[in-house]
Amino acid sequence: MSNTGTIVGVNGNMITVEFGGDVQQNEVGYAKTDSLELKAEIIRIRGRRADMQVFEDTTGLTVGNPVEFSGELLTVELGPGLLTQIFDGLQNPLPQLAEKCGFFLQRGMYLPALPRAKSWDFTPAAKPGDTVTGGDTLGTVPEGIFQHHIMVPFSVRSECRVEEVAPAGAYKVEQVIARLKDDRGQALEVTLMQRWPVKIPIKNYVERIKPVDPLVTKIRIIDTFFPVARGGTFCVPGPFGAGKTVLQQMTSRQAEVDVVIIAACGERAGEVVETLREFPEVMDPRTGRSLMERTIIICNTSSMPVAAREASVYTGVTLAEYYRQMGLHALLLADSTSRWAQALREMSGRLEEIPGEEAFPAYLESVIAAFYERAGLVRLKDGRTGSITVGGTVSPAGGNFEEPVTQATLKVVGAFHGLSRERSDARKFPAIHPLDSWTKYTSVVSDKDVAAAKRTLRAGTHVEQMMKVIGEEGTSIDDFVTYLKAKYLDDVYLQQDGFDAVDGATPADRQKYVFGIIVRILETALNFADKDAARKFFNQLTQKTKDWNRAASGTPEFQEIEKQIQAGLAEVTRS
Amino acid sequence: MKKVYHRIEKIVGNVLTIRASDVTYRELAEVTSRRGVSLAQVIRLDGEFVSLQVFSGSRGIETDAQVRFLSHPMTIPFSDSLLGRIFTGGGQPRDKGPGLYENPIPIGGPSVNPAKRIIPRRMIRTGIPMIDVFNTLVESQKLPIFSVAGEPYNPLLARIALQAEVDVIVLGGIGLKYDDYLFFRDFLDENGALGRSVLFIHTASDPIVESLLVPDVSLAVAEQFAIKGKRVLTLLTDMTNFADAMKEIAITMEQIPSNRGYPGDLYSQLASRYEKAVDFEGAGSITILAVTTMPGDDVTHPVPDNTGYITEGQFYLRTGRIEPFGSLSRLKQLVNAKTREDHRTIMNSMIQLYASYRETLEKQAMGFRMSVWDTKLLKYGGRFEREMMDLTVNIQLEAALDLGWKILADCFDPAETGIPSKLLKKFWPEKAAV
Ligand SMILES: Nc1ncnc2c1ncn2[C@@H]1O[C@H](COP(=O)(O)OP(=O)(O)OP(=O)(O)O)[C@@H](O)[C@H]1O
Ligand SMILES: [Mg+2]
Repeated sequence: MSNTGTIVGVNGNMITVEFGGDVQQNEVGYAKTDSLELKAEIIRIRGRRADMQVFEDTTGLTVGNPVEFSGELLTVELGPGLLTQIFDGLQNPLPQLAEKCGFFLQRGMYLPALPRAKSWDFTPAAKPGDTVTGGDTLGTVPEGIFQHHIMVPFSVRSECRVEEVAPAGAYKVEQVIARLKDDRGQALEVTLMQRWPVKIPIKNYVERIKPVDPLVTKIRIIDTFFPVARGGTFCVPGPFGAGKTVLQQMTSRQAEVDVVIIAACGERAGEVVETLREFPEVMDPRTGRSLMERTIIICNTSSMPVAAREASVYTGVTLAEYYRQMGLHALLLADSTSRWAQALREMSGRLEEIPGEEAFPAYLESVIAAFYERAGLVRLKDGRTGSITVGGTVSPAGGNFEEPVTQATLKVVGAFHGLSRERSDARKFPAIHPLDSWTKYTSVVSDKDVAAAKRTLRAGTHVEQMMKVIGEEGTSIDDFVTYLKAKYLDDVYLQQDGFDAVDGATPADRQKYVFGIIVRILETALNFADKDAARKFFNQLTQKTKDWNRAASGTPEFQEIEKQIQAGLAEVTRS
Repeated sequence: MKKVYHRIEKIVGNVLTIRASDVTYRELAEVTSRRGVSLAQVIRLDGEFVSLQVFSGSRGIETDAQVRFLSHPMTIPFSDSLLGRIFTGGGQPRDKGPGLYENPIPIGGPSVNPAKRIIPRRMIRTGIPMIDVFNTLVESQKLPIFSVAGEPYNPLLARIALQAEVDVIVLGGIGLKYDDYLFFRDFLDENGALGRSVLFIHTASDPIVESLLVPDVSLAVAEQFAIKGKRVLTLLTDMTNFADAMKEIAITMEQIPSNRGYPGDLYSQLASRYEKAVDFEGAGSITILAVTTMPGDDVTHPVPDNTGYITEGQFYLRTGRIEPFGSLSRLKQLVNAKTREDHRTIMNSMIQLYASYRETLEKQAMGFRMSVWDTKLLKYGGRFEREMMDLTVNIQLEAALDLGWKILADCFDPAETGIPSKLLKKFWPEKAAV
């Protein structure tokens, strides 16, 4: 009963297919030649013709080639074995592909996402007679550091009766572990894995609640000044080379969450390689196990097929939703959402749709909004909570934030970490602009202190602007000291050396402690003979504080430097 | 043997359309007209209509020209006999040597599986302090030189190629001035490097479609050498010409442009070429150094802008020097921890101080009084520009680091440099004449 069509046109990665039976929008089909089967997705239907985006290079296809429709939307596999994996945008496991095909990706080669031969130790949680529905837990298997919940398929909407649950033991992902009967008496077999269409959100929870708890990243300018909440959303726009990827890499290592999903979407392959080669070697201080054990990488880099790039962010967020259903806190980092938007633009162009601004399709905004809406903190049926935090980088053309993707994103996110070319050129990293950025979430330090620090920053910037016009000699010593204080705050607190083991990761309590002291310094009235003396003092203070940042908490060195800072300050404090 | 077609339905730009059957997407064809024979590639199938892009252009092609399909996509012959040879973008000899036909390999092949890549780990020494110290070039890096027209980017490219210790040099010339082509050829020849080089040259006067082939052909050849274990350096000059050729063709094909006339897939097109840079596990590597001229010295122009988002940094060439601001090697941190322990510190501190120097210059230009600090910065900036930035400086990395300390010590007090105390103790030169 297979439903087939015939290719009548090929234009880049779009094929036009004439079909006989019935098809649905976004249905997956396979274009076939003598030697190849290429996966494709219907993106438009007109009469008896469907336009399909092919997830591969279309070289070698010809008019008359058959296309076999699958009857399914683009789906992913959900089950144990996702963590530690590296998938492409369509959930092909890349290490397994490499074993099979060698150095190069081979067109039309699709492997199962979850290992079929591996056994998992199943412990039942439900028993015959229980009433369950989609998303309810039937049992668990250990997956690395977690108890992975085996849930009733999310597509089940009705109340089902558990007829039978498999006894504790080792099972493979395709084996049946429970039999259910729904309210109309239909039997249903549940295996360790299920499938879910990526473009449809998983919503088997009770309600969404307001995100409040901070997601600690150990990046000072974020946690202190522009925090993100667990279950919230944030974006990082910035020109090329401003530090978006480095920020995401730091966040993916340090963020205090259970599961991290990295969607490398249309960016450099080399950057993913750093992550996938290093994470297995890095210990996660929260679990004592390797970082890789909490990580999934979706890797559809810039030279990989564009249509699969569009799918990759959905694949990523669907996996995040799956783990959220288990009561875990997931973080999805997408680098870069602009490449995803460009994939939409390329396809829209081939479809000859009426273009919007910069030739992006008119529906760009709603697509971006719908994607970020999949983040959130939710309460599950058994009372536990789970969350997805989504952070996306944006790569605006010319570094100008007044462009469609940045603007559409700013409308929907809860925090904006805008990177500045000026700061990255001056090697002031992280290059998050301290005055332009904003957040709707709560800081790890007191709001009062943050407000005070921001006042100093603004005042200092004001003096700096003035000095450009009236020169240093025209500036009062008080104003000059304000300028130096703002610069000090920037140099020792906002900036952070991502490559230093201690400075690169400042835990929340250290931030509270250090920031408290720095704000006191900013608030202290200081006495200097002249501007050169003031400059000299702040140079030395900056130097000392940077050494302090590199000293591990609780060490004698840390305490010693703190004493020196306080002593130096006492000498110039106005009595 | 496939059927030969004689009836051209339509000619628009360099694209001609015929009615044909059993033709596959991207298949190659030979178009024979009174002007001669040219290759063409299928770029669109629409029912019985087949559109082909003619490599040598459509000028002079008659409606009864002959089209014969070849049943395969574009290939390039690969063997060691490529070394020392010069070809056109289409793979025809440009020197007096024989045509090569054995072992054809496809161009524009699939990407490397990211799981098979390794983290780059070897520095490429160039003897140029602005590169070696401040923006270290790393094997398998992809890096463009951003430049305004008229800057000596081609000599810089040639000099790096010569000083870098690589096994094979592949030069792809796109819209190259004839004189520049001769310069590369003679420079490599005179310095004994032509024997390990392959040149694919498209000059400004050659058919525009052929320029589109140059990056793919060059990189396909580079890839084969790399798989055989060779360390390959690929030079592409000038990628802005490549992008402009794509723009011209997209517009004649009536594609909707996204930004200043460039097609919406400019990013993906450039990326699929640059991403060929790779360090293969257990084999060789490809490093790509390209030239991207910036129309109007505007880095936000779509070509440099998209390039910057793809490559692993960039060298800005301005007034004959590599600018410290804006120039960046993103892979430098993978190697500069292992060179010498003071490398990173010298790199960061000297640039930060140079930034302050630039601010002082602005103040000076506005007529403000110079403070003690300003005076120190002025002295420092001048020496930095003369002794480090000048492109004629040719010294090894270690000597350049020593020179850095000397300049710092001649201009500043240790505490003014912001250098961690531990390193100051070890490296600050003894007699610090302030
Ligand atoms: N926190 C940091 N500490 C030190 N250096 C940094 C930091 N962030 C960025 N850099 C420097 O800037 C370079 C570029 O950073 P990154 O790759 O993150 O830029 P990007 O914004 O992702 O650029 P693109 O849009 O082109 O991908 C890095 O290679 C590094 O040299
Ligand atoms: Mg990046």
